[in-house]
Amino acid sequence: MTPVLEARDLTRDYHIPGSFFKKARTVHAVKGVSFAVEQGKTLAIVGESGCGKSTLARIVTMIDPATSGDMLIDGQKVDIARETLTSDMRRKVQIVFQNPYGTLNPRKKIGDILTEPLIINTKIGADERRDRAMAMLKKVGLEEKHYGRYPHMFSGGQRQRVAIARALMLNPRLLVLDEPVSALDLSVQAQVLNLLADLQDEFQLTYVFISHDLSVVRYIADDVMVMYYGEAVEYGSREEVFSNPQHSYTKTLFAATPRADVESIKARLARKNAA
Amino acid sequence: MSLLEIENLVVEFQMAAGPFRAVDGVSLKVSAGEVLAIVGESGSGKSVSMLAAMGLLPWTAKVTADKLTFNGRDMLSMSDSERRKIIGKEIAMIFQEPIASLNPCFTVGFQIEEVLRFHTDLGKKARRDRAIELFDAVGIPNPEERLGHFPHQMSGGQCQRVMIATALACNPKLLIADEPTTALDVTIQKQILDLLMKLQSEHQMGLIMITHNMGVVAETADRVIVQYKGRKIEEADVLSLFESPKSAYTRALLSALPDNATGDRLPTIAEFLSDQEIFEGAVR
Repeated sequence: MTPVLEARDLTRDYHIPGSFFKKARTVHAVKGVSFAVEQGKTLAIVGESGCGKSTLARIVTMIDPATSGDMLIDGQKVDIARETLTSDMRRKVQIVFQNPYGTLNPRKKIGDILTEPLIINTKIGADERRDRAMAMLKKVGLEEKHYGRYPHMFSGGQRQRVAIARALMLNPRLLVLDEPVSALDLSVQAQVLNLLADLQDEFQLTYVFISHDLSVVRYIADDVMVMYYGEAVEYGSREEVFSNPQHSYTKTLFAATPRADVESIKARLARKNAA
Repeated sequence: MSLLEIENLVVEFQMAAGPFRAVDGVSLKVSAGEVLAIVGESGSGKSVSMLAAMGLLPWTAKVTADKLTFNGRDMLSMSDSERRKIIGKEIAMIFQEPIASLNPCFTVGFQIEEVLRFHTDLGKKARRDRAIELFDAVGIPNPEERLGHFPHQMSGGQCQRVMIATALACNPKLLIADEPTTALDVTIQKQILDLLMKLQSEHQMGLIMITHNMGVVAETADRVIVQYKGRKIEEADVLSLFESPKSAYTRALLSALPDNATGDRLPTIAEFLSDQEIFEGAVR
């Protein structure tokens, strides 16, 4: 089976122009990353801020072109630097961003937010658009009465549901989730993660899940890629990466993640009393 | 004797639709050398109760309490000028957004020396030496050079270190850390938490850690207070909270942690708990 998304040796450089006082320089944001995701699976990309994970998300969603390397979606090569994208291609990949407060236009009603992708990318009529938006609202756990409301009337978790609904309006093959739950409370985070799992089962969606929270990654991912300074330092199945991390950075990352189990609390209190 | 004692704290805001109770009868005590964590979701009143205790809320807030004392002194009847002498000197606070809580127009050195100028009678040279000493203590490399830098020239983790150094400038008896690591990467979070714990035990400070991250609680706290919608739901020492949580809400919160996931779906709080069930069995 051809993977939904395949990346071969992707790189991305940003050229920062010089001025009278500064020399021009080049930032290598992504340095040769390869991976593949099959349908219905989740690839988690982990790393700290500035490691290139969001740049990678921009390449995958076809917002930014890669400097070199190939990206294949459904086995078809995509290069937005050379040819313009067809709306067919655009529909295949959608993205959900981190901050649900910033990604919804405050002056648009939820209904307009949900139908906009259809207006831009398809020739579906107004009635049909409305029906689809209504159906999608219910899918993500909202109600039909929310159709005419504005984003400020919703809580953070509900807004993230709207953002997910908008991304799904075009029936994408691949959903890029850029830290979708890190701005949410613990209980709301659980609800959104459950929703994502439900939707994946229902539509056989493929996820690229970007996160820095290892406990979330461990819960949701099938494969894990750890990035460090633009390079993929670790790539493997969840079990492999979590049980036997190879790279020193992955080990540091695991060691730094706070543990909320009784044994580690006991160990900590024992250390404290000994000191 | 407890350092900070709060009994039955109520904070109300006047809204168009009537008064809104952000904090509803919270009581707590912190002693010197103790780490108290306050956990709760957004809107649970955990930050507001601490801001109220420090008198940092705007005048629109109505703060009442049966008792609000710091080191035996009544904070409620205190005049503003008296309170200002305590805040920053004996009680210090660290906020969530390190970059937002530093003034972008001044160098970090100026901002840390400002605290010393206000609260101590150190001379110019002595203040600078103290600032260098503090930067050294919080692990900022090249402190002499760094003092002349502006906040935008430093990373988030470095800015948080500056905030901690500023908070510690006058050796406070009580440090309140409001989500000190939420905006930081996990590796940096680890460093900052380790630093806070080290300084706390060195100076035997009282530390109140406000957070929504159960992992941070598990790694730092001696005692934990769980809040929900302005009310205290549970208070316990850290081990018994994680081992045998008393209230249904705490149990639900712990089971929603992805670490503790058993099936292929996470249990969520709204599914099996109403507000009434949460407040039943809540402690006062």
